[in-house]
Amino acid sequence: MSDRYQAIVIGAGHNGLSCAAYLARAGKRVLVLEAASRVGGAAVTREFAPGFSISACAHLLHQMPRTIVNELGLASHGLKFAAERMATILLSENGDNVRLPAQAGGVLSASDVASYSAFMVRMRRFAAHLRPMLDATPPRLGSGAWEDSAALLRLAWCIRSLGRTDMRELLRIFGMNVYDLAAEHFEAPALRAAIAFDALLGTNAGPRTPGTVLTLLYRLATEHGAAPAGMSQPVGGLGAVSDALATVARAAGAEIRTGVRVARVHIRNDRAAGVLLEDGTIIEGGHIISNADPRTSFFGLLGTEYLDTGFVRRVDHFRQSGQAAKVHLALSSPPMFRNLHPDGLRERLLIAPSLDYLENAYNASKYGEYSDAPAIEIVVPSASDSALAPPGLHVVSAIVQYAPYAHKAGWHTVRGAFLERVIDTIEAYAPGLRQSILHSELLTPADIETEFGISGGQWHHGDLAFDQFFMVRPVPGAAQYETPVANFFLCGAGAHPGGGVMAVAGRNAALQVLKKAA
Amino acid sequence: MPAVAIARPKRYDAVVLGAGHNGLIAACYMARAGLSVLIVERNSYIGGAAVSRQLYDDFTYSNCSYVCSLLRPEIMRTLELPRHGLQIIPYEGGCTMMRNGDHLALYDNHDALRREISRHSPRDAEAYDRFARDMLRQCRFIKPLLMRTPPDPTSFKPRDIMELLYLGQRFHRMGETRMYDTLRFWTMSCADFLDEYFESDIVKAHLAGSSIIGTALGPRSPGTAYVLLHHYMGDIDDAVGAWGFARGGMGAVTRALASSLRASGGEIRTDAGAERVITSGGRATGVALADGTEVRAGIVVSGLDVKRTFLGLVDKHDLPGEFHRQVENFKIRGSSGKLNIALDALPSFPAIPEGAPCIRGDLHITDTIEMMERAYDDWKARKWSQAPYVDMLIPSQIDPTMAPDGKHYMSVFVQYCPYELASGPWNDTKRQAFGETVIEAIARHSPDFRKLILHAEIRTPWDIENEVGLTEGNIFQGELTMDQLLFNRPVPGYAQYKSPVPGLYMCGSSTHPGGGVMGAPGANAAREILRDLRLGGLR
Repeated sequence: MSDRYQAIVIGAGHNGLSCAAYLARAGKRVLVLEAASRVGGAAVTREFAPGFSISACAHLLHQMPRTIVNELGLASHGLKFAAERMATILLSENGDNVRLPAQAGGVLSASDVASYSAFMVRMRRFAAHLRPMLDATPPRLGSGAWEDSAALLRLAWCIRSLGRTDMRELLRIFGMNVYDLAAEHFEAPALRAAIAFDALLGTNAGPRTPGTVLTLLYRLATEHGAAPAGMSQPVGGLGAVSDALATVARAAGAEIRTGVRVARVHIRNDRAAGVLLEDGTIIEGGHIISNADPRTSFFGLLGTEYLDTGFVRRVDHFRQSGQAAKVHLALSSPPMFRNLHPDGLRERLLIAPSLDYLENAYNASKYGEYSDAPAIEIVVPSASDSALAPPGLHVVSAIVQYAPYAHKAGWHTVRGAFLERVIDTIEAYAPGLRQSILHSELLTPADIETEFGISGGQWHHGDLAFDQFFMVRPVPGAAQYETPVANFFLCGAGAHPGGGVMAVAGRNAALQVLKKAA
Repeated sequence: MPAVAIARPKRYDAVVLGAGHNGLIAACYMARAGLSVLIVERNSYIGGAAVSRQLYDDFTYSNCSYVCSLLRPEIMRTLELPRHGLQIIPYEGGCTMMRNGDHLALYDNHDALRREISRHSPRDAEAYDRFARDMLRQCRFIKPLLMRTPPDPTSFKPRDIMELLYLGQRFHRMGETRMYDTLRFWTMSCADFLDEYFESDIVKAHLAGSSIIGTALGPRSPGTAYVLLHHYMGDIDDAVGAWGFARGGMGAVTRALASSLRASGGEIRTDAGAERVITSGGRATGVALADGTEVRAGIVVSGLDVKRTFLGLVDKHDLPGEFHRQVENFKIRGSSGKLNIALDALPSFPAIPEGAPCIRGDLHITDTIEMMERAYDDWKARKWSQAPYVDMLIPSQIDPTMAPDGKHYMSVFVQYCPYELASGPWNDTKRQAFGETVIEAIARHSPDFRKLILHAEIRTPWDIENEVGLTEGNIFQGELTMDQLLFNRPVPGYAQYKSPVPGLYMCGSSTHPGGGVMGAPGANAAREILRDLRLGGLR
């Protein structure tokens, strides 16, 4: 049995790869199986038009923690940055762009600039106190185990150690919506919207939806302790992150096979004991760890026959419908945003003029329609990394909200019109854009589902909301990376702490597997 | 006794601002503990938002709150409200009329209920039992907390720590699965919550109504599952979730309370609006009234909402800056309107079968969650809902004192209606247009409705604020959102009915556990006051 795999990871996304890397480093014999022809999952760079490459899903790196970068030595395994510490620029149709972090002398009033820095200091303080929660397995309620009680006490202490005033403020804002919070602190509509945008990116929520302060704190907590590069663009796109992780995993002894699709988890004596490939082969393994989303993991790979009805119902009600689309443009000339210095193309650009604009954009998605006036995060990767496009030409990557996974008219009938709406929206800020478009590509959440195998096409593998966070993520009974089926684990974004290219779920899952195997 | 002493105005042990039900209840408990108590009320009548008013002919309107169920039974018993004239008449569940001419009714009889839901979805009929059981379980968990003072989680006082432990223990005793259910329940949207049980639009729409009443949230907003529960917490004669009418209208509740108060020696002065809380050496010592008189008292207890109390009556310099800022940020949003309609006869509703008892319950015309959510979208754009959610009741069918023979009084609660319109302030034309939108929506389900209308009182949040005094006309004295519940209500650090000004207490619905004619805030505040004065518990 010496050649038997001790762990098989299904899916080579960033979490699957980091999980494999940590397990391999701990001396485990690890096999990673990836259905696609290359590793990376949603952190991948691919050509979308001849000569034009793009980070096809995630397009910025800002949440990968320093600990993981250092522990795995990603820098020495090929991770380099084309742009670091990128600023955020909120675009304005009339050129009054707002640059963040806010500085005096810009479009913002002095009082807004002062409020902004005070606000961010306080929010980052909250984030710093919440951060340790992200890096550990969430406690399980009612287990009676001392480690779960200890984890709950640790959580209580993290919050209490803020001191009375800040603790009260945290407890107050925790359940609020970002609309009210931003309005409490700032005057300028653009600044309010910029704060809200970060809370909404990748969620199924509008600024008035309670829980959006939580998602803002979540984002800040993931960024706390991130690598010094901050908001960054890796050389070669996000695929370079996955490649570095794969290199590390292989160097540690893990075996990675691409183009191999797992059909089912192989169960023996009610325990996961291997995987059944689509070609009928069975590969035996000690621990089977799924990088796939919860629905795919439990209904596709495992099968409901091994789960009780209550658990199945919970997984079935796990909300994981994507609301964000990707648009990729190949351009013959750099986009000319009003009043934006060419260096500004190396930053992160937002179209989100006001809170009401964001709320209206969200309204449409509630009824299965796309936003007529969408909120957009734009990056121009070729401005920092010329290898992504032929000389002198450019690529644009945009995340567009909101575009519901299931459009009520069916995406095939409206996708053309939606892409036009997106281009028109950007054109209003960058006149002449349309004439310079050589190629364009739209990925709706339905396309993301097909291309990346994420059920619902939601890059977090599941909505970020109170009832799907922390010790109830993805569902009670599977929130500690373990599942009701022995030896079957989760390590994807559907598990705590969620998505975004940070590889934390993979690391936490690996540590949990090692603890159970010990 | 020397003659000079007679001329001196009486100094009360406690003066209560506002003769709403919570002010009355707090006053009753204080008077029963032997304190001399005076309530000052701005209006010429008592009751706050629990009033019966004759505004047209011989019709009696419950022109603000309109049904009764949440009033805590222990309060009803201790203050002997039945003896003071309060009679609650329960009614059976209501129904939602559908745009396709069908309807969904809820019946007390379990078999009838199952048959009715099965007409729409057999699966939902099965799910309903599970739903009802889970709701009941949540009610049982939360109910004992209503009559308790929330702990301050930042405090190291033994009392707060013990209370936190009590909560933790109660929670823990539910067992693993129920603990997770509870965590999720408290934070979910009503739409998501109902999706976990039901498949049919009409069943979900009917049940979701309670989750939006009085709130500036839509059924898809997280936190609304809790609001749903908030409306389920009532019980009449131990029937959990049951609703009833107060015989003689909602004013009967406050009339009984006033009678109970007088029986204990308390006094009420109407047409006596408070202008300012008087402080001396940083301590509240009385109130100055609008007519220039001053009432001196040992303590001041405000039944008004926190904004009105602290931004309107208390000098800013008497308050810590952080507290003042948080009161300013307290969310208290007008989102509901009300029509009170005098009808020449009972209107017909073709969707409701002849003789069905649901006509005597709450009637609705919103048959999908989407319709409800779109009504909310209008509010966000500061318009009244073009297809509003209405909660209609015709109490005169059960309580003949509400209208002359053969005629009927209909109460129509309307969600959503903004406090401020995008087009500018409310005026008569807009108020009429708002009323017309509601009447037209109802008339679509009742061909003879419009011609039976004898008189209609149309109330926008702006009107409710001006008449009742509730800021923005918010019926709960503050949104029931996660950031404004329990130890956060009304503001963190001041959830124990005390304010930063010594001697000034809060007893209105702005405090835990919030609004509805429940009375718990008034009773809880009185308990804290008696505790501070070392007068023992409530009795």
